[in-house]
Amino acid sequence: MLKDITIGQFFPGNSAVHRLDPRVKIVLTVAFIITLFLAAGPVSYALIIAFLAVIIGISRISPKMVVRGLKPILFIVIFTAVLNLFYTPGDYIWQWGFLHISKEGIKVAFFMVLRLMLLIIATSMLTYTTSPIQLTDGLERLLAPLKRLHAPVHELSMMMSIALRFIPTLIEETEKIISAQKARGADFDSGNILQRAKAMIPILVPLFISAFRRADELATAMECRLYRGDVGRTRMKQLKIERVDVCALIISALVIGAVVVLRRYGL
Amino acid sequence: MSEIIKTENLEYAYPAEEGQLSVPVLKGVSLTVGRGEFVAVLGHNGSGKSTLAGCFNAIRLPTGGVCYVDMMDTRDEQNTYEVRKTVSMVFQNPDNQLVATVVEEDVAFALENMGVPPEEIRKRVDDALKAVGMYEYRAQAPHRLSGGQKQRVAIAGVIAMMPRCVVLDEPTAMLDPQGRREVMAVVRDLNRTYGITVILITHHMDEAVQAGRVVVMHQGNVLMDGAPREIFTQVDTLRAASLTVPQTIEILYDLNRQDGAALPIGALSVAECADILQQYLQ
Repeated sequence: MLKDITIGQFFPGNSAVHRLDPRVKIVLTVAFIITLFLAAGPVSYALIIAFLAVIIGISRISPKMVVRGLKPILFIVIFTAVLNLFYTPGDYIWQWGFLHISKEGIKVAFFMVLRLMLLIIATSMLTYTTSPIQLTDGLERLLAPLKRLHAPVHELSMMMSIALRFIPTLIEETEKIISAQKARGADFDSGNILQRAKAMIPILVPLFISAFRRADELATAMECRLYRGDVGRTRMKQLKIERVDVCALIISALVIGAVVVLRRYGL
Repeated sequence: MSEIIKTENLEYAYPAEEGQLSVPVLKGVSLTVGRGEFVAVLGHNGSGKSTLAGCFNAIRLPTGGVCYVDMMDTRDEQNTYEVRKTVSMVFQNPDNQLVATVVEEDVAFALENMGVPPEEIRKRVDDALKAVGMYEYRAQAPHRLSGGQKQRVAIAGVIAMMPRCVVLDEPTAMLDPQGRREVMAVVRDLNRTYGITVILITHHMDEAVQAGRVVVMHQGNVLMDGAPREIFTQVDTLRAASLTVPQTIEILYDLNRQDGAALPIGALSVAECADILQQYLQ
């Protein structure tokens, strides 16, 4: 059951979207989110949706997977929609007690939901098409200028990639501990919330102890492999801006430009 | 200048915890390992064999005596980096020594730390992965591999560093028989094909048999030191140190004792043992 949990799910592939430089992808995702909030009217949204659809098409990620990525935020979407629907003042077209729906409310709610959904789809496209290691790599290099301000950029990205490396290992371990405790008669499935939370203690304690032991051993192994932090370190995979990246940047700039221009006309 | 590791009266004691005395683990070990040797270090639990391994790599610094790695004193902090470059280490638990989320990135880890240029890293990583037969798995995530495969990846990471000596601390202890065979084949290869000095810490007799020299540790000291055939025929001494002997020797030894057969007991392989038994039966 725990095996189903995947954080930052990644679908390997060899499409143009997959091959894009992670730095470009991260920057474009941020730019896309900003653009979403600049969009002022239906034409802009249509343009953005078309743009996103083309990206999904190129990446060959099945639209089903993309939609599935929306599931976890369904509650937030509905909540936002309801709030906006009932609490936006304007031309009331329906009223019952303190509840009222205005024309503006419908419009705001609709665009807010659209915006949220597009935002999630865009960011999940980033994690779907970029391997975690590329993602941390891209982040490290994008944030490299902060090193001058003594920000521990390298250390942070190392921590992130070690965390990613150990998620599956610790999940496996958790399953083993659960089985071991069940074999000793532990009951995880009955009782109220408090009792169930208490039942988790025999799982968490061994898990933490083992995680600390692992960390200690890994640290020794890393020292044996001459790890000295960021000092004099090179990388096997160099990131290079290729033609695909330049194309992606130009096309995105055009779309963003168009949205900004459309905003002037309120479209 | 032909020795790569030399210890003189090496002592190590784990630091004392509150209200307890410090525990001496190594009690004056003097040992010399020559370049290109394949040494197996055998010992019962708590005999100090893993601690000894840690000293060769400057993970543990001697609390008494000296440990030289390629003429460098491991106690001098300025030598630590060079010592670790000369002697690399493979540990018991494959899960706790792989750092990266992709096999090839992990093999490249040490080289990246050493500041090797990217093109050369690429080449050395590919060569190392081919040497351990894991090249096809280079883009995989480590957690999808079997224990033996993970351990081979760890060894590839060591090969890529091109050290002069590799210390393996019970590399097969957590593996199934299949994984053990795979790893041992790669370990033999390290020594024979690449001429790397190999120090294999183990408690499997059948692995120690494959080495050129066997050192038996007992209660923090070297009990025996010699060629496998010399060591394993001293059945009584080994048993006194709570060690077993290879099954091939055990059967011949027991036949001699119980049936009064005067068989040569130095059979290190199953084939040798079978030959001797066949002659005996005829």
